[in-house]
Amino acid sequence: MQLQQAIQELITKMADDELVIGHRNSEWTGLGPVMEEDIAFSSMAQDKIGHALALYRILEEHFGGTHPDQFAFLRNAKDFRCCHFVEMPIGSYDFSLMRHFLFDHAETVRYQALAQSKFAPFQHLAGKVKGELKYHTLHADAWIIQLCTAGEDSRWRMQAALDNCFQLAGGLFEPGPAEDLLIAEQIYPGEAALYKQWLSHISPVIGKAGLVLPEMTSPVYGGRTGQHTPYLQQLLNEMGEVFRLDPEATW
Amino acid sequence: MYGGGYIFDEPNRKQQREEQLHDDPEKLAAFEARIARGEKIEPGDWMPAEYRRQLIRLIEQHAHSEIIGALPEGTWITRAPGFKRKLALIAKVQDEVGHGQLLYNAAETLGKSREAMINDLLSGKSKYSNVFNYPAKTWADVTVIGFLIDAAAIVNQVANSKGSYGPYCRALERICYEESFHLKQGYDAFIELATGTPAQKEMLQDALNRWWQPIMHFFGPPDKASSHSEKLMEWKVKMASNDDMRNQFLDVYVPKIWELGLTLPDPLLRKNPDTGKWEYSDPDWDLFFEVIKGNGPCNKERLDVRKWAEEHGRWIRKALMRPEEMERSALPVA
Repeated sequence: MQLQQAIQELITKMADDELVIGHRNSEWTGLGPVMEEDIAFSSMAQDKIGHALALYRILEEHFGGTHPDQFAFLRNAKDFRCCHFVEMPIGSYDFSLMRHFLFDHAETVRYQALAQSKFAPFQHLAGKVKGELKYHTLHADAWIIQLCTAGEDSRWRMQAALDNCFQLAGGLFEPGPAEDLLIAEQIYPGEAALYKQWLSHISPVIGKAGLVLPEMTSPVYGGRTGQHTPYLQQLLNEMGEVFRLDPEATW
Repeated sequence: MYGGGYIFDEPNRKQQREEQLHDDPEKLAAFEARIARGEKIEPGDWMPAEYRRQLIRLIEQHAHSEIIGALPEGTWITRAPGFKRKLALIAKVQDEVGHGQLLYNAAETLGKSREAMINDLLSGKSKYSNVFNYPAKTWADVTVIGFLIDAAAIVNQVANSKGSYGPYCRALERICYEESFHLKQGYDAFIELATGTPAQKEMLQDALNRWWQPIMHFFGPPDKASSHSEKLMEWKVKMASNDDMRNQFLDVYVPKIWELGLTLPDPLLRKNPDTGKWEYSDPDWDLFFEVIKGNGPCNKERLDVRKWAEEHGRWIRKALMRPEEMERSALPVA
């Protein structure tokens, strides 16, 4: 596989993850357990969707891709490369909070690596999102620790959420077909390396919270090759509902 | 966003007389003199019981309107067409919830807790702006809300920000600043449809037709029907009459709507060149009071959503309490 194509695949899967989790987080707007959380999830949703937009713009500007609106709002599920983890409905707050914790640490290690990338647009973007991710992970860590140390009921809920999330979160690190090329060209260090760094980021918080980290026995793969849960197409139908009324119109 | 004019209840005459008996006449005179001089009243200052009661009611219902107002637009975040609109709408709705938070804080300075206010919202004891009891059926509704309801709210909130209670005024100054951005994004999205394809124009005209009456209701019943606002205006709790605010709104926004080639569903709507005042058909005030009573198209849906959020968030709020609060919350309610 050509390097150019490999980079495009890497960008697409990252951007699709960000768009879909941003969309999911935005579903908490108006429904949060306390107003402050409502606001926090809305704010993080904007950041994630903003990251997706920045990545789609790289595709457009550096690889002759289509306009980000067209690319994001008109594709169907089979053409998306997000992992199953982000597709899952928001469920209850414990699930959404745990997903936010696991996702944001994964995103942090990814962008830390991309700050050293030989592909200059990655370096530039990593510099921009660094500050945002710092607050996202601070928020997630604080809430996980608070809820897990407040009492048995909430700790039990968070452990159940971690157990539900963990194999799905493994899907964030599904290796792509051109890993070796991307590693050799120093575009990024590859999924296996990111996974290890991720574990080293989440483990101290998990420990402090008194949670037990499950074994990663069967990470949920498939999203990177276009195999998705039914939730994704439902989400995309909703997301494109107005835009698809007339894709040529401006809205 | 919020529009009022119908938020102040008819004072309970007997209760009010009793309260007034307890209001030290000298303190009352000093309080009224401070307000007349344009001073702000702060939380620790002496204030008449009726002033405190009406302010709590005003600010609390304003706060409820912000968080309930987040719902009709919030349902369109996941369907907003394109990145620009999606990002702007999330930011906007997030701001509205933030306004709710600011306002609950301001109301708490008067002695009612956020929990008590939310409980009164959920039980139906405490109201919120009627306009949010109507459905947002299409994307065009979102643009009408973002442009015209926010514009109407600004008229009301700018007036209130010059009131006498310090914490409320300061919260409103910040809110108005953010609302002015909301108005810009709403107007931008509105113009996009008004100047768009025939289908987009039709969608917008339909939304405008449906929202016009709720917008006319927004400022509350006509002044002639309101009998108890004199004292509240003297105390600078109520800052402008309903009809004046409605007229101010019509004066700025009707020309903007007409210049885009849109129509409004009121054949009598016109500015009288002799009086400088707008004339219009009376909106259906019986319907208005029915909706306040809880019989509007979306009252139940809105409260059900808030109840869901309260119910599902209970274990989290409990986990945030300090140990002594947890013990207290476990005690049976007397």
